[in-house]
Amino acid sequence: MGNRVNATNNNGAFVNERANDSLVKVRGLSFRRNERVILEKVDIDILRGKITAIMGPSGTGKTTLLRIIGGQLHPLQGSVEIDGLEVPALSTPDLYELRKRMGMLFQTGALFSDLTVFENVAFPLRVHTRLPESLIRDLVLMKLQAVGLRGAQALMPAELSGGMARRVALARAIALDPMMIMYDEPFTGQDPITVGIIMKLIQQLNATLGLTSIIVSHDVVEVSAIADYIYVIAEGHVMEHGTPAELGHSKSPWMQQFLQGLPDGPAPFHYPASDFATELFGAPGA
Amino acid sequence: MINKRWVEIAVGSFVVISLAAMVMLAMRVSNLSAFSTDGVYEIEARFHNVGGLKVRAPVTMAGVHIGRVAAIELDSQRFDAVVKLAIDDKFNHIPLDTSAAVFTAGLLGEQYVALEPGGDEKFLKQGDRIRIAQSAMVMEQILGQFIFNAAAGDKENKK
Amino acid sequence: MIATLLQDFGRVTLTAIARMGRGNLFMLRVLHALPSLRFGGPLLVQQIYSVGVLSLQIIAVSGLSVGMVLGLQGYNMLVDFGAEQSLGQATALSLVRELGPVLTALLFAGRAGSALTAEIGLMKVTEQLSAMEMMAVDPVKRIIVPRFVAAFLSMPMLAAIFSAIGVLGGYFVGVGLLGVDSGAFWSQMQSKVNFGEDILNGFVKSIVFGLVAAWIAVFEGYDAVPTTEGVSRATTRTVVETAFAVLGLDFILTAVMF
Repeated sequence: MGNRVNATNNNGAFVNERANDSLVKVRGLSFRRNERVILEKVDIDILRGKITAIMGPSGTGKTTLLRIIGGQLHPLQGSVEIDGLEVPALSTPDLYELRKRMGMLFQTGALFSDLTVFENVAFPLRVHTRLPESLIRDLVLMKLQAVGLRGAQALMPAELSGGMARRVALARAIALDPMMIMYDEPFTGQDPITVGIIMKLIQQLNATLGLTSIIVSHDVVEVSAIADYIYVIAEGHVMEHGTPAELGHSKSPWMQQFLQGLPDGPAPFHYPASDFATELFGAPGA
Repeated sequence: MINKRWVEIAVGSFVVISLAAMVMLAMRVSNLSAFSTDGVYEIEARFHNVGGLKVRAPVTMAGVHIGRVAAIELDSQRFDAVVKLAIDDKFNHIPLDTSAAVFTAGLLGEQYVALEPGGDEKFLKQGDRIRIAQSAMVMEQILGQFIFNAAAGDKENKK
Repeated sequence: MIATLLQDFGRVTLTAIARMGRGNLFMLRVLHALPSLRFGGPLLVQQIYSVGVLSLQIIAVSGLSVGMVLGLQGYNMLVDFGAEQSLGQATALSLVRELGPVLTALLFAGRAGSALTAEIGLMKVTEQLSAMEMMAVDPVKRIIVPRFVAAFLSMPMLAAIFSAIGVLGGYFVGVGLLGVDSGAFWSQMQSKVNFGEDILNGFVKSIVFGLVAAWIAVFEGYDAVPTTEGVSRATTRTVVETAFAVLGLDFILTAVMF
């Protein structure tokens, strides 16, 4: 499906290398919601220590893919392997054990509205560890310092701006020092400065903590700037994948439309409909 | 965030208030206080017929409330009603030859057991039996007797 | 035409059955997760505060006014038969057997049940429940169980407070304002209100209502469609369903008990 930039036949060695070094291996993944096909036979590899982006138009199942990787949704078919574990087949305790090693940043931040910023970040530590209070405090302050919000520790989530809430959520997601972190639309609806901060944070955390990052987004410019590898999903399929530079040179007209943000092209401006004139004036002779 | 201490104090008071409400319902509103088993002794009376007497009906002497009906059972040998009366310990000088009767409070009121004291020197103790017991008046029997007597009276008048 | 009507009817029925099934499964999950409560003492205290303590005001005010109205109406009715001495008994019996548990449950659904549904629903909308799952914390254990237990425990306590305050309200009107004899008020009440039959049965009623109200409130919140509209619908459903369930169950329980 689609026009692969790194086609298997002319760069087989590269594909194998990717498969061996990948933390997350998605193979033949299909998912349907009420008979509607969301994902159809999707193959994706997420490399260790890299930032991998999953891009595509809104409503193409990017978030669904994240939820399947996180074990919150069950795929119809196919396998999802994280660090050698087959996610859909895990028992609940094993899944929870795996989730302790994964962080997820939700679109809205999803901070617990009845807890302060400090308590939000401390939450995973308090639930999953038996560390003494003083150590928890130090850890929380370190994480908050990393996202630059140590000064906001006493605030309630309602008092934060959207960008600050996301940064706190990020601090919370890295509280348990996960091996992998998933970002769901981290840039959507943020002002340029906040977008810049979040981009810098994603890169910084990935480098300093040795994380593996998955970003789900449709913001072409930002993602191209920080991602090591990009998968583009549309209509349930992987349309293309490659490094940002490779995708930029893609010959596919659809890809060019997506990257440049053109209103019309292979992806039509109009939702499928009958002929406009016919619908307005009625069928001739009627 | 609301102060944790205040929350706990409030919840504690809530529990105390609700316990107080339950105690009030139990002791002040209902008959639980009048039904405690300590401070009473039980005596027994046998009636041919107790009518509509209910468990927990009052037991009175000279119109004063002195106890309650604790249980009503049927003696399956003699077909008597065995009524256990729980009498308050305060009233422990009831003569042994006291008689009991089932009366009705007012025309339509509930039935109760009235004790009529005798003159014995000895007193009733736990487990004693009242020898003389007068059954309840059953309306149908009274009416039947009345009609029978009236008919008999007519006959005698005609003689 | 008739076929369409039948189809609509069938769809509504099927949806209702599916919802009941989800509700029962959810209840099983909650019951299964109940033992997790032993780690969550502070969570439970916090929830009893927001569910029970914060409902105290409306319960106390309603209990007082219902008791006072009962005193007034009962007096007007009984005085015609010269039986105003029985006012205490009439007030206490109606409160303890019926009005206490039923009205408390209805008020509770409006005050605490709807708040629980809205809170849980909003947590779903803002992905807090999802986030918790992704942090390897079961939201049923962490969020639902403390709220369910708090609501379940608070209901009988609130019902007892309602009845007690109602009796005091009846006393205030009957004895304080209308001049019924205080001794007769209490002694008639005590001789006619039976602990086992009236008080305990009323208490059992309030426990059953508490279970139902708590169940509906947390289920509707957890099952809400995660949109603003979905949460507002769920909140309404909580109040309506609790009212229907409580009134229906009250009839059944009364028929069985008294």
